[in-house]
Formats: sequence, structure tokens, C-alpha cells
Amino acid sequence: MAAPRVTSGLQRVLLMLKNVHFKSGYHIVASRKQYSTVYDPNEKTFEKILIANRGEIACRIIKTCKKMGIKTVAVHSDVDSSAVHVKMADEAVCVGPAPTSKSYLNMDAIMEAIRKTRAEAVHPGYGFLSENKEFAKRLAAEGVTFIGPDTHAIQAMGDKIESKLIAKNAKVNTIPGFDGVVKDTDQAISIAREIGYPVMIKASAGGGGKGMRIAWNDEETREGFRFSSQEAASSFGDDRLLIEKFIDNPRHIEIQVLADKHGNALWLNERECSIQRRNQKVIEEAPSTFLDPNTRKQMGEQAVSLAKAVKYSSAGTVEFLVDSQRNFYFLEMNTRLQVEHPITECITGLDLVQEMIRIAKGYKLHLKQADIPIKGWAIESRVYAEDPYKSFGLPSIGRLSQYIEPRNLTNVRVDSGIKEGSDISIYYDPMISKLVTYGSTRADALQQMVEALDNYVIRGVTHNISLLREILVHPRFVKGDISTKFLPEVYPDGFKGHQLSDNGRRELLATAACLYVALQLRSRRFLGNQRVSTSHKEQNRWELSLNLDKDTHVVTVFSTGSLFTVELDGKRLNVTSEWNLASALLPVTIDGTQRTMQCLSRDASGNVSLQYLGTVFKIQVLNRKAADLNKHMPEKVPEDSGSILRSPMPGSVVAVSVKPGDMVSEGQEICVIEAMKMQNSMTAARTAKVKTVHCKAGDTVAEGDILIELGMD
Amino acid sequence: MAALATLRSASSLFGGYRFIYKNLVAAHSHVWDSVRPNLHLQQRWYAVSHLSVQERIDKKREAARLGGGQARIDAQHKRGKLTARERVELLLDPDTFVEYDMFVEHRCSDFGMDAAQNKYPGDSVVTGQGRINGRLVYVFSQDFTVYGGSLSGAHAQKICKIMDQAVLVGAPVIGLNDSGGARIQEGVESLAGYADIFLRNVLVSGVVPQISLIMGPCAGGAVYSPALTDFTFMVKDTSYLFITGPDVVKSVTNEDVTQEELGGAKTHTAVSGVAHRAFENDVEALLNLREFFNFLPLSNKDPAPVMECHDPSDRLVPGLDTVVPFESTKAYDMLDIIHGIVDERDFFEIMPNYAKNIVVGFARMNGRTVGIVGNQPKVASGTAQEYGGIIRHGAKLLFAFAEATVPKITIITRKAYGGAYDVMSSKHLRGDVNYAWPSAEVAVMGAKGAVQIIFRGKENQAEAEAEYVETFANPFPAAVRGFVDDIIQPSSTRMRICRDLEVLVNKRQTNPWKKHANIPL
Repeated sequence: MAAPRVTSGLQRVLLMLKNVHFKSGYHIVASRKQYSTVYDPNEKTFEKILIANRGEIACRIIKTCKKMGIKTVAVHSDVDSSAVHVKMADEAVCVGPAPTSKSYLNMDAIMEAIRKTRAEAVHPGYGFLSENKEFAKRLAAEGVTFIGPDTHAIQAMGDKIESKLIAKNAKVNTIPGFDGVVKDTDQAISIAREIGYPVMIKASAGGGGKGMRIAWNDEETREGFRFSSQEAASSFGDDRLLIEKFIDNPRHIEIQVLADKHGNALWLNERECSIQRRNQKVIEEAPSTFLDPNTRKQMGEQAVSLAKAVKYSSAGTVEFLVDSQRNFYFLEMNTRLQVEHPITECITGLDLVQEMIRIAKGYKLHLKQADIPIKGWAIESRVYAEDPYKSFGLPSIGRLSQYIEPRNLTNVRVDSGIKEGSDISIYYDPMISKLVTYGSTRADALQQMVEALDNYVIRGVTHNISLLREILVHPRFVKGDISTKFLPEVYPDGFKGHQLSDNGRRELLATAACLYVALQLRSRRFLGNQRVSTSHKEQNRWELSLNLDKDTHVVTVFSTGSLFTVELDGKRLNVTSEWNLASALLPVTIDGTQRTMQCLSRDASGNVSLQYLGTVFKIQVLNRKAADLNKHMPEKVPEDSGSILRSPMPGSVVAVSVKPGDMVSEGQEICVIEAMKMQNSMTAARTAKVKTVHCKAGDTVAEGDILIELGMD
Repeated sequence: MAALATLRSASSLFGGYRFIYKNLVAAHSHVWDSVRPNLHLQQRWYAVSHLSVQERIDKKREAARLGGGQARIDAQHKRGKLTARERVELLLDPDTFVEYDMFVEHRCSDFGMDAAQNKYPGDSVVTGQGRINGRLVYVFSQDFTVYGGSLSGAHAQKICKIMDQAVLVGAPVIGLNDSGGARIQEGVESLAGYADIFLRNVLVSGVVPQISLIMGPCAGGAVYSPALTDFTFMVKDTSYLFITGPDVVKSVTNEDVTQEELGGAKTHTAVSGVAHRAFENDVEALLNLREFFNFLPLSNKDPAPVMECHDPSDRLVPGLDTVVPFESTKAYDMLDIIHGIVDERDFFEIMPNYAKNIVVGFARMNGRTVGIVGNQPKVASGTAQEYGGIIRHGAKLLFAFAEATVPKITIITRKAYGGAYDVMSSKHLRGDVNYAWPSAEVAVMGAKGAVQIIFRGKENQAEAEAEYVETFANPFPAAVRGFVDDIIQPSSTRMRICRDLEVLVNKRQTNPWKKHANIPL
């Protein structure tokens, strides 16, 4: 069938529908418009694919395999034996114990799993073995298809210097710089001067922003040279250094490419990934607010020419730094499926995993560049189990005691590999999910993301929803005025949660007061015969005292049914809600404004934790009488139980996982005590540095013995 | 001889008061005159005869409300404590307190106690009835501002009166204890008063719920009343329970110990197990007591309360499917299971810091009060346990489960080895519904020990162990015999329990007639 030239996504869909009509063998499996898996049952594909990964990406790949009728094999570590990806797959093989080096990176075990299950192909996901040329080679040697580019491309793009050289030759804009062995400090300085300050110095073999030093003058160059050359020798055993022009305040924008084994390559538009912390992406969007069609086209074409230059096949990503003048420079190429691929799927309608599988099987791309639309806008928030109040996110671990994804909302896609009851452990990436929203405009997608974050229930681990939500509503972000420095610029003193406006404080206090009243009213509603006094009519006026951030607010609530009128600060607010006291979500309407809050905890002492606009606030609500009397209660100094870890039982120490000077995060395992053949994990009560370790593996300890002492942060 | 022995033991039991009382008074740097000097003439208005009866009523009421006077009220506040009346007001629904015996005065005439200025209308306790969330409750609240809350004959009489009435109408009794001990000036009259209360505590036990909240000192013989009640709660840092105070301890055993170490909230909730729970301060304690009260039936003739419930009874709890670790030796937290199952994750834990290998407390299932007993796989066995009388303690638990006639539902989540299988409300002890999770292991003992007995001398012990695990480390041996009614998906546990409780609501079961049972103590 001669492909007509189509220019819009709509036409593309129409084309597909036509295809379906004419060749009734075609199937479209659309999952809520996020992407469509269009496959032809007559197009022969793999019988069985092994997914050499875990978590959300393994689940994502299995989903497409299922739609394509391909059987799936999951591999897993022993602690992951009941993980979601294991349950989803048709078969599962345990490849080793929890540490990744012994399981997900254990090539021998994975090769054995492939042999055992007779999988014809392997999808590596991202991370782990996805860009490991050795792995790709071993697969090839056994006649197993690697769903990704061939080893040549992996190797070429994996080397910073070689990749730049190839890029240069393919007429891709590269950052002016030097790569190779720098013999001494003087040479480093002369190179730096030639390029022009500021310059960036790092070991060629180091990935991403690791070990990167910025020099603004000769002195800093000298220092950077010393540091990087040491690191190059010690960490990588490779003396080569990279000195190049440092782009100040850059944006990180990347182009998704798709290339087949027949020399065809496409660019699937860009992803804006500038919001980062410690060189890790936090929020991504597609398209970018910053690119004009011309720049986009130039970047896309350069990305494609690079892909062609390395005979790239499969999905890949070409990363660029873009300066304020829209000059763009090649950074690196990732030869794998990216974490943030869903936003590209949302705006193009393509299923990238399916394309990768087709390409690996040797099929030609069935699309032309003109078939690639930008349809609407998509945003991805990386929801992490981490504490955003510490360096924009230090990992936290724990068990997801309650977990509800906002899947009931429209235009929301959640890619996750965990469920209620899952453990977020120290062994793996602390990502909970990728929350993706899309809409016809950026404003719609943003609005939906805010809504989705408010409706996302995550209990049991600390998470970064407060930070994500604050970024999304920040005027600079909303305008699109962002760079990779966004977070340190906007929060120079660190992130401290949502700062309440006067109106916000009123909404929060009014809700807390009404929730208290709803609870009080409910606690009188006995269903059986409980001889409840009938002489006292239901209280409908409540004088309350609320404490928030050490400030006391006097609040009066008038209750009529589920409608509450709240008087505070001389203002009146009408608050309505269903007041479902069992639900994790607390949707309220305050003077016509709808808010979805969450009540994280409440107790009989009037303490309530409310998540409002993403941030958790602690409020104490007391009736006036209790508040009056509360002033007589002594102020108590909290016991410092967080500094000393004592053995809660007699037993023997099986393992000690820390040494003095180590940083431990709250909830991290410190040691394991075995008692009555039960292994008990002892964890840190807070994030701190380990001061002293009083036990070692094999020791016998009595109840109450001090195991570890923690220092002040 | 017998009489002498009794007397002697009584004196050693109650002999502590004096020391304690003195100790307390000294500690509060506020010298309590055993007889008040005739200084506060302005407070003697009520004795003036030209006042009308109505005026005298008003004046006496006013005096009763003021207890030991403003200075002592201030001193009480300074210690971080509320007054007897403030406590009652906070505990009960607003404007529901009905006070009795406001005009009762002590009847002691020795040591000049009969002088008008040494009498306080209502004496050292506030008594009456009121409502908690609309439900009737009788309350006494000891007034530390009047003679240090010491127990006079009149004080005891007031308490006995409300206890008698509580039984008559079938309503719980809450005691708010804050008392230096016996009224020394009254001698045996005071001791008689204690015993009158004890007798009622015993007779009322099992008829109406009795709750003690210790909010100040409670020492010497006075401790037996809270110990006899169903629940004893304490306030951290301001309440103490002990038979003999630090001074006596020092003189007898030469041990240096503070009041807090000897009988504070931490000691009794974590070490002795005398108290069931402690709260930060008076306000929190009273607010929590209100919440706790909602779990209890009013009397043995009333049903347990059912509250309006927003949590769906058929809610699945997916997290429970993975809560028991794959490795059979790895611990998990029973509280994760309890929180997942009960209404609104709301669990009122009793004795959270004592005997941490068992979790007990109250919660609701579909609005209905349930008591929960959960094994927390945590603590090792050893000599200390055996010497501590584990046999008797275990027998006590077994006795309680076997004797109970309420609906009983059992879930075997993982290990049910040996006696533990029998004790924990097994089918054989009249468990109504017994379930096993797929992770359940029911056997006489663990694989290693069993194999050493069954396959003694066999070459390949490891193989034998594997065979044993295969046979026993699963729920089937119990299920094929009908000892568990079903093997259920953990996530369906809440739904199952709620449904079963509905079925069992009309369960009627009686034990054989007996004078009384003899639970091993």
C-alpha cells in the first residue's frame, strides 16, 4: 500500500483505522490514548521475551508484550519474588539475592534463565544491563536477540570521546572542547584558555554529571585537573580527560529517535528535562516550551544523522544542552529506552516498546517522518520515596502501608511496579512511579498533574509529592522559564514545603476544624441500643482552638448536616464534604473552591496531619475547654531515643551493615539481630551519621544492649 | 494469733502511707498542716448563722467548687496537673455532669479536725455521673487540693455510693486517682473506707466496666483499687503507683530509687505491667479516655457498641498478600496486619510497651467493637522465660480463650507450632471460625528439632528436614482435618471477618455451672 503523505496525528490515526478496515487482521490496542499498540497478528514476532529488569519498566514492557501476544519471562532477586513484574509475567526466574550485582547484573544467572526458559529475545529496560555491550555480545553468541542497538552502537555511544567524534563527523553541533590525555596542569590551562572560560573538566569514562568540575579561571582549572585525573585513573583506569566549554544555565532537551536495521531513522520530537536535582531528572515534559519548529527540526535532523552515522537501530535518545540563545550542543546518546519515554508516547501515540520489538525482529519502520505528530502536551513527574526537605530528596525506605494511584482521573498514566504492601528497599532505585498527565494544552496537562498529585495516596514511606507540586505551580515553571539550575535558584535555602498564604491558612484551618467536628459528631452515632441520652440535643456550635506552627487560632464551627460554616480571623467560610472518615482522600469544597486534601493521621488528643497543596501540615485541634486547660500542661522535652539503637531482645548479631562515619537515612537497616531463628532488621530512627558501632557480626547481645550510636546530622 | 498476723500484715501494707504522704508534701515544698490554723476567717462565712438557708447552700456550693482554695489550685496547676473538677469537665460531655454529695464533710474529730475551718464541703473527692458521647458513666475524681486527696471515711463513702448506683443502673465507673493515701487523722476509719471500695471493685468486676486513670500519687493500700479495675491508665511524669515509697525502699533494702523509677508511668507500662497505657499529660489522658470509652459496653447486660462506619466491610487489603515475608525466618510486623484489617486503621493498643511479643487492643470491624490478640514474632525463649513462669502465663491465656463465650475468629498467618497452635484460640478451644493464610505452618515443632527425633541416626538430615517442611510447613495438615475452616487469601481477611462477625452476632454459649472458675494466676 502506497503510504499517502499525512501530516497530522489525526490523519495518522485515520490511516490506521483505514488499515484496520481494509486488513481486518490488524489490531489496535489503545490504552486510554496514551499510546496505541498497533500490531498485525500475521506479522511474525518473538514467541517469548525475557525482561532483564525489575520494577515499573519491566511491567511496562510486559504490558506491550501481552498486547502483541508475546509470552514473557521475568527475572527477579529473592526479595522481589512477589513483586508486581513477577506476577505479571508468564514465567519468572530467580537470578540471585537482593544486591543488584548478584541478581539483576548477574549475567551468568540471566543467561542461564534465558536458556532455561528458551526466550528468543531479551529486553533490558533501562539501567542494569541495558547499555552493557558485554551482555549484548553474550546474547548474540547464543543466538538470542537483544532488543536494542547492536554492540557497535552501544560501544561507540558509551564512550564520551568517541561519541563526540562521531557526532562531529555527522555534523552534529558539539560543545567546543578537548578530549584525550592531558599531560600536565599547564596543558590543561592552555586548553581551557583556548576554549574560553568557563570550562568543564571530567574523566572521559565517567557517566552523566559524575565527577564533573567547573573551572572559571586558571586556578580552578589546576584544581579540576588534579581531581579529575586522579578520578580517571583510580575509578576508571582510563587516563583520558574531557575539557569543554561549560554552558551556563543550560536547558537539558533531548530528542527521541527510532531507527530500524534498514537504514531508516525518525525523530520523535523532544523532551524537556531541565528540572533536575543532583543531575537527576525530576519533571519532564514534551514538547518543550522553548523550541521553535525550526530549532526542533534542526535538532531532530542532527539526532537522526547521528543515529545513521552509527548504524543505530532501535529506540535511542540524543541529549542536547540548549543555551538561552537556542544554541544546542550534543551531550550524549543513550542507547536504550529512557525512563521518560511515556511523554513521547503520549504526544506521538506510538508504543516505543512495540517499535523496539519490531525493529529487533528486523522489520522496517512503517512510519515516515511526516507521520510523527506533536499531539497535545504531556508531563511526567517522577514520584520518589525520598525526603524532599533534605537536599531536594534523600532516599527513604519502608513498606507502602496504603497506596492508591490516581487512575480514576482522565488523561493520567501511572507507570509503576509496586502495589500496596510493597517494600521500598535500600537495594533498588527508590522510584515509586512515573506519573504522567497529558492534555490538549500545556495548561491542561499541568492542571491535571496537580489534580493527580493531590489524589495520589502514598503512606508508609516519605515521598516527594510536596516538591513536585510546588514546582508545577511555580510561576517560573508555569511560564516555562526553567534551566537545570531551577531548583537551587528557586529554593536557595533548600525546599521547605508549601508556604501558606493567608487564604491558604484559612482553608487549611477551616478543614481541620470541620474534620474534628465531623469526627466528634460521628463518635456519638451508635447503631445499636446504647442508651444514648436523648435529653441533650446534638451540639451544633463548636468553639475550637487550633494550633499550627506554634500559632493559636480561635475558630467557631456551626454544623448543619454535612455543611459547616467556619468563623475564623473575622471571616466566614462555608465548608462542605461527604466527611467520609475512612477514605484516604478528603475532598472538600471551601467557599466554592474544591480541594482534595488527605488526612494522614489523627488521634484522640486532637492532633491531625493534613496534606494540603501537596505539603503535610500538623495541626492540633482542641475544644475551647481543653485548650484553656492545656496551658497548664508542662512542656515536655522529647527524649533523644533516636540517637541510640538498643537491642530490643536477646539474640545474636547476624550482620552489621554500617561503620562509623557512614551516613544512614531514616529507616535504613543498621544491623540484623537473630533471635529464635527470626531475623530482625534494626533500622535507624533518623537520618544521621553513625558515631559508634558497639557490635559486630557473631556477637551475642542482651536485651537493651547498645548496638549503634548516631551522631547529630 | 491469726488476728495478730492479719493486723501485722495490714500495718506493713498500709504503713507506707505516712512516709509517702510526708514525702509528697515535702517534695512539693508546700507544708501541709494536718490541721489548718485559724487564719482564713473570711472563709468561715458559711458558719455564720445570720445567713438564710439558700445563702448557705450557695456559699457551700461555692466552697465545694473551690476545693482546697485558690493557692492549692494554683499549686496543682504548677505541677502540670488539673484540678479534680477540671478533669471531670474535660472527661464528660459539656454540661452533663451531675454531682452528688457536694455537702458531705469528713467526720473526724481528733487532732482538732472538727473545727469548721478544717472542713471542706464535698471533702477530698468529687463524685457523680455524666455522659461520654451521650452514654452514661459514673465518675469519681480525687481532689488533691483538699488534704492531698487523702481518703477519709466520707471520701470512701462517696465513692461507694456512685459505685453502688452504677451497678444498679448498669453503667461503667471511672476513677480519676490523685491522692496522697489514707487520711492519717482518721486511722482505721480510712482503712475501712479503702476496703469498702475494694469489695465493690471485686463484686462489680464483670458487671460494669471499671477504669482507673492515675493522675497523681496513688500509694500504699490505695493501689489495690486501680489494680482491681479492668483498665489502669497513667499520666506520664505526674502519676505514681507503689506500695511503699522510695524512703521505705531505701530503709529496707538500701536501694536508691526515685518515685518515677519506682512507680512512674514508664515502670508500670513497660516493666511491671500494672498499667495498661500512659499518656503525655492530663488533657491528652482524658481525651484518650473518652475515645477508649466508646469501645466498651455499658454493662454485662448491654451489647458492645456498634458505631457508624464509613469503611467498607468488603474492602480488600492487597498489602496483606505480601506482608508475610517469603523467608520463613524473617520477621514481620503484626501491627501492619491489624491496621490493614480493622476499620479506618484505628487500633487502640493496650500495653504497647509491655510483653512486646503479643499485641493486644481494641478496634472495630464494620463498626463493631472487637478485641484483638496478635502474636508479634519477636522475642526469644530462654531460661528467663521459664523462670518467669511462662507455663502459668501461657495457661492463663489458654484459659481465657477457652472460657470466652464471645464470637471467636482465628487467623493463622504463619507459624503455629506446638502449644502455641492450641493456645491461640484453636478450633479445639471453641474457636468459631478458624482460618489459615497460605503462609501458615502448623506442626508440633520446627523442622530441625522434629527431624532429630523422627529420623534419629538417618544419614541425610537435610533431606529429612526438607521432607518434613514439605509435609508440615503449610496449612494442609490442619485444613484436611477441619481444624481450620478454610485457607484464605490474606487480602480477603477483613471481608471474611466482618462477614463472620455478622453471622456470629447471635451466638449464645454457656459454660457449665460453677461457683466460680479458677483461672491460673
